[in-house]
Amino acid sequence: MDLTLKVWRQKNAKTKGHFETYEVKNISPDSSFLEMLDILNEQLIHDGMDPVAVEKGCQSSGPVSFDHDCREGICGACSLYINGRAHGPDDEVTTCQLHMRKFKDGDTITIEPWRSSGFPVIKDLVVDRQAFDKILQAGGFISVNTGGVPDGNVIPISHETAEESMDGAACIGCGACVATCKNGSAMLFVAARVSSLALLPQGKVEAAKRAKAMVAKMDELGFGACTNTRACEMECPKHVTVSHIARLNREFISAKFKE
Amino acid sequence: MAEKLISKIPEGPLSEKWTKHKSQLRVVNPGNKRKLEIIVIGTGLGGASAAASLGELGYNVKIFCISDSPRRAHSIAAQGGINAAKNYQNDNDSVYRLFYETIKGGDYRSREANVYRLAEVSGNIIDQCVAQGVPFAREYGGLLSNRSFGGAQVSRTFYARGQTGQQLLLGAYAALNRQIAAGTVKSYPRHEMLDLVLINGEAKGIIARNLVTGEIERFGAHAVVIASGGYGNTYFLSTNAMNSNGSAAWQCYKKGAFFANPCFAQIHPTCIPVHGDQQSKLTLMSESLRNDGRIWVPKKKEDVEKLRKKQIKPSDIAEEDRDYYLERRYPAFGNLVPRDVASRAAKERCDAGFGVNETGLAVFLDFSTAIKRLGEDKIRERYGNLFQMYEKITATNPYKEPMMIYPAIHYTMGGIWVDYNLQTTIPGLYAIGEANFSDHGGNRLGASALMQGLADGYFILPYTIGDYLASQILKPKTDTSAPEFDEAEKAVRAKIDKLMSIKGKHTVDEIHKKLGHIMWEYVGMARNEAGLKKAITLIQDLRKEFWSDVYVAGDKDNFNQELEKALRLADFLEIGELMARDALHRNESCGGHFREEMQTEDGETKRDDENFMYVAAWEYKGEGKEPELHKEPLVYENIKIATRNYKD
Repeated sequence: MDLTLKVWRQKNAKTKGHFETYEVKNISPDSSFLEMLDILNEQLIHDGMDPVAVEKGCQSSGPVSFDHDCREGICGACSLYINGRAHGPDDEVTTCQLHMRKFKDGDTITIEPWRSSGFPVIKDLVVDRQAFDKILQAGGFISVNTGGVPDGNVIPISHETAEESMDGAACIGCGACVATCKNGSAMLFVAARVSSLALLPQGKVEAAKRAKAMVAKMDELGFGACTNTRACEMECPKHVTVSHIARLNREFISAKFKE
Repeated sequence: MAEKLISKIPEGPLSEKWTKHKSQLRVVNPGNKRKLEIIVIGTGLGGASAAASLGELGYNVKIFCISDSPRRAHSIAAQGGINAAKNYQNDNDSVYRLFYETIKGGDYRSREANVYRLAEVSGNIIDQCVAQGVPFAREYGGLLSNRSFGGAQVSRTFYARGQTGQQLLLGAYAALNRQIAAGTVKSYPRHEMLDLVLINGEAKGIIARNLVTGEIERFGAHAVVIASGGYGNTYFLSTNAMNSNGSAAWQCYKKGAFFANPCFAQIHPTCIPVHGDQQSKLTLMSESLRNDGRIWVPKKKEDVEKLRKKQIKPSDIAEEDRDYYLERRYPAFGNLVPRDVASRAAKERCDAGFGVNETGLAVFLDFSTAIKRLGEDKIRERYGNLFQMYEKITATNPYKEPMMIYPAIHYTMGGIWVDYNLQTTIPGLYAIGEANFSDHGGNRLGASALMQGLADGYFILPYTIGDYLASQILKPKTDTSAPEFDEAEKAVRAKIDKLMSIKGKHTVDEIHKKLGHIMWEYVGMARNEAGLKKAITLIQDLRKEFWSDVYVAGDKDNFNQELEKALRLADFLEIGELMARDALHRNESCGGHFREEMQTEDGETKRDDENFMYVAAWEYKGEGKEPELHKEPLVYENIKIATRNYKD
């Protein structure tokens, strides 16, 4: 496949970015989207080695930076807004699991970073998602120390409850929900954690306090409010649903009543 | 020199060693803990659990990871499960049985005392994770569910769908977050350790590169813990995450920590086959699939030809024309033989011309029998996310046609040599999880990596490191303006400047791919003397090419992924040579290390207990010099040494 790529280039958080257009050729439909970007980068590096080409102003910005790691759809490192969709045109996949067979020979593909005030750009397609860590540090845990805990089978948990909790726990913290939301809200991310823990007897003890603390931190860090458009759910690569947001609201309201 | 390898294995009966040892370890009182600092490198299961537990105890911890968040460490990708000797299934499991199966699975090349302790604390891990809110799979009665795994005759693997590593890591990460919020742990994401700093022979700090700004920074502490994982990416293509690397461990080796059994690398039998030369990494399909999947190739060559030409589908091949070769060769364990055995058997069939895809390097993993028995819904509940992942990557529906799989590099059993306290040969330097060598011998059993990472981090290191730190209570905070830090930082800067200045003709990835080919060809699933000697020469030549002709794009004072890769490749080019050297010296076949010269008539591994029943620990002697081999004899007081037998 031969493709035209319009890629967002930005030197760092302080400078303004712009699109650059590149051509890539002979891409196998079995390659992943990130392997296609690897090929683009090898091409850009070779262009940079050629002093004549560089003098003529060819590709002087070097390889494109993008976050990626496991390439199995589980670490949550990869991001990318591809043709106007978080993680691209396929459903329930991360960018690393998107394969080129989802595109056609001759296509033009536009590639942008997550765009949200909560995630400032570090370079090109790489953004800073430390805000997610900070939200979890505010209360996304059960307050137990290592050791001194009861046997794992002491408290039975129904099969259905464990599965439902797992649905929320499947969140990979990639940030697609925030990038997709017109308000830049982190509600689905926060809800996945709050709900997953609140469902379990171990997590119930601190559920209300946890919801309050995490929502407050989310607000403090500049994420927007949820207006129930459900766009987040549509783009979540792990199929985390807005039913978790409903559960978060319940915990949040109960925390407010306790005040 | 042998006196350098003091394993500190406690005296006394096996089942009492750890209890007795703990009672003799020194402890640090709470007031003094507040004065002590510990650096932890890596935020996977080992690093995160250790840092959280040490923070809870009151130490000051600094934790570093190369990712943008601690949650991205590669432990997150572990799929199938975690072993624990709970005996919840009433199938006569016990600490002893888990211990025994781990030693046997490791082909009698791991330490009895370490493995017994691992089995002993395995149950606590499950309790801890449940308390943290890890949503393990549950039976309808509400109790924890188990599945079987390779190399085990009981059902002792706990799991959370096909995302067990993710859930355990999120548990440890949550505990870590709690300590970060409490102020006992300070987190440094997007930081890469580039050197270890020793003062008076003790580990006292690190030099790290801030991956966002490119700044070179100094960090001091009273002890350093390496939890940076394995070196599987030496092979370029592996199931490891793209950024996983051996560099932190390698800097420790070059500062004097011995490196043990580097040739023991695990090749996992069930990975998605290579699709072409644009491939960047390989994807694992969990070993848990072998619970319900049956592995086969056609019996007839003409069926193989037709499959390769896509004239027939696998489901067209009649039952009697299929060779379920694992069930045929290993009736007692069948499809659940350990990984090394399953990988070699796949290679054997493919080498004999029975590979089922265009490249001839694939076998089938078939679920049709299980789907018939249990229904598609049950299979979806057990492995849904894995089937979906397979379909996304290959565009084939595994509910209808069998998966195609082939072995790939997955894990490294070798690593930094540690004693019973998980301390390296450098005082104050500890290594945990995959970064050390201690528990898996020549082959790790499935679902045991998660167990080891968390055992080390939650329940072993927090005790043993206290014994060392008790000797540090009078020592002041490490002064990072000390000349030792100056020197280390200077060396790091010089290395980076050198890399940036070469401006050669080859990209970092081009050279890494070449290294990968050498490693897979000569230091892969089957090794021999001539090949290993050739590999050493080829790697040395490639290293010269790298240092004279690599091109590192971008600049050093910025976010620069090419420079990150180049620094890691510089180390892989040295690690690869040591792996080949170790494989050459170990003239026996054991676990994942298969020397063609040493096999039985039916192609099984032939161990040489008389000459090789030891841990090979290599000492760095300086650039261009051959490393020195030290041997730690392995003594089996409790287990009768036997030929590994999965046939009957």
